[in-house]
Amino acid sequence: MSDQQSSAIQTVAFQNLEPLPAPVACPPIIQVRELRKIFRVGEVDVEALQGVNLDVARGEFLSIVGTSGSGKSTLFNILGGLTPPTSGTVTINGKDLANMTDVQRNELRKHTVGFVFQKYNLLPTLTAEQNIQIVRDVAGRPITFDDRFKEVLQMLGIDKRLHHKPRALSGGEQQRVAIARAIVNGPAILLADEPTGNLDSKNSDIVLNLLRDLNKRLGQTILMITHNPEAAAYGDRTVHMRDGKLI
Amino acid sequence: MILTLVGVSYGTLDASARRARGIGADIFVRPPGSSTISLSSAPMSEKVIKVLGAMPGVTLSTGTIIQGIGGFDTIQGVDFPTIDKMASVWRKPGDPEPPDAKAGGFKFLSGGPLKDEDDIIVDEFYARQKKLKPGDTIKLINHDWHVAGVYEAGKLARMLVRKDTLQRLTGSEDHISAIYLKLADPAQSDAFVETLKQKLNPGDPEHGYMIYTVEDFTSQLTVNSIPMLKDFIYVVIAVATVVGFIVVFMAMYTAVLERTREIGILKAVGAGPGYILNILFRETLLIAIFGTLFGIVLTYGTQWLMAHAVPASLVQETVYGWWGIAACIAIFGALLGTIVPAMRAVKQDATEALSYE
Repeated sequence: MSDQQSSAIQTVAFQNLEPLPAPVACPPIIQVRELRKIFRVGEVDVEALQGVNLDVARGEFLSIVGTSGSGKSTLFNILGGLTPPTSGTVTINGKDLANMTDVQRNELRKHTVGFVFQKYNLLPTLTAEQNIQIVRDVAGRPITFDDRFKEVLQMLGIDKRLHHKPRALSGGEQQRVAIARAIVNGPAILLADEPTGNLDSKNSDIVLNLLRDLNKRLGQTILMITHNPEAAAYGDRTVHMRDGKLI
Repeated sequence: MILTLVGVSYGTLDASARRARGIGADIFVRPPGSSTISLSSAPMSEKVIKVLGAMPGVTLSTGTIIQGIGGFDTIQGVDFPTIDKMASVWRKPGDPEPPDAKAGGFKFLSGGPLKDEDDIIVDEFYARQKKLKPGDTIKLINHDWHVAGVYEAGKLARMLVRKDTLQRLTGSEDHISAIYLKLADPAQSDAFVETLKQKLNPGDPEHGYMIYTVEDFTSQLTVNSIPMLKDFIYVVIAVATVVGFIVVFMAMYTAVLERTREIGILKAVGAGPGYILNILFRETLLIAIFGTLFGIVLTYGTQWLMAHAVPASLVQETVYGWWGIAACIAIFGALLGTIVPAMRAVKQDATEALSYE
């Protein structure tokens, strides 16, 4: 069979097939375009972010790896609406951060974005349970936990430690309480800034496995900032930052 | 501080009023130009006692000489037999005569009345404060006095000596500071005062000799009727309010600074200005209320301290009416002192707050 004949047969065969449905366009939950952030330190301008572009798909566990001063924490703070960018656009769940008022940014942090910090950042005068409840209270929700969240607390292994204050908890337990606090309002995005930075390797493994579990079981989008490549390997994808740029 | 100062002001004046009532006179006569609480010397002639004592309706008359000995303390020279007799039948107009009226005005807890010219009798509080007992010697106005007795408090003054001795020591022979009259019918006191004003201050009854019924006199021993004391209290309250404000302001400012990281955490989880201010103001209110309650408890402490350490000099009362005023001052000062640090906390950048150590 000549090539011409073969081609003709293929054309006829494709014409007989039903057309495939168009692929579902799922926009990224986080979209960053040409993001710049300049800090004024004394009389010197420091460009912490120099035109960052990033897309994060819904349900993705993304690790951002970079050395100290690479701009990853600045990116973290901007994505969480904690500090405004100098220029560029950041779209979270379809909403442009640049056009948000302070109230809308607060709403974003109440309902859409949860934070996990390297230093845990628990309120020292409150118990573990109260640290979680206050976030519910801030969001204007009942402070009692439903059965589903109680299961999460069990999964995190802190259900028996809820009545202790942070000083009575180990670093690993404090970080797990911080994770529980970050997800208690069911945010679509979890931002974790060096979540294992203050933990030993055993507790680091526990926390990283928990983050991966939450990602798989609850479908939360997780952005984890770390300088440790082993920790980054827990994510679905890793991007690297250097000198305020993604490389 | 406010409650203690107000309590001392009220208490000291009330104690003076009680002592004034305690000698049983119906009418007080003071020299021209004297004030209610003046610690006057002796500008009145002693002869006036006899003139007034001879007036119809007067059953007893006596004069005293008052000498200041420093601070609020005075020593009074008296004709003891007369003043004792006057005090023994004390009654307010319209009141039934007390059952122990005949028992004698001055009740001695130890020792006895004035006899010798260097004798001094002191009330129980002064005796306790100075640790005095009959037989002791005390030096006052550069003179050694022999303690003859300790009497139950509430009679004229804390220290009484013979009138003639005090007149001699102060160079005021035949002169006195005040006259006390007892009437046959106390119900006629007001009418008698009017008569006396006409007699002693002819042409201008309201000026000249100061003449009061005992009720008028004691009612004037209040904070509001003594302009200087009233001003003094207001100044003290103003100072206390400013000091309280600064203390609360600094305390709250420091508290907010120390909690910068906590406020950053709250902002990170979505807490708005209203939520953070609500927390800060609720805490301030609680601190102010507890502070006020603690202050009230402290006033009982200072009351106890004064009653035991300086019972003769300062008397502190519990002035319930000022509890609310003091609470309002504390709460207002605290809230005002919270506004600046609270606004600073609310405006602070969350990332800066979170990096605060």
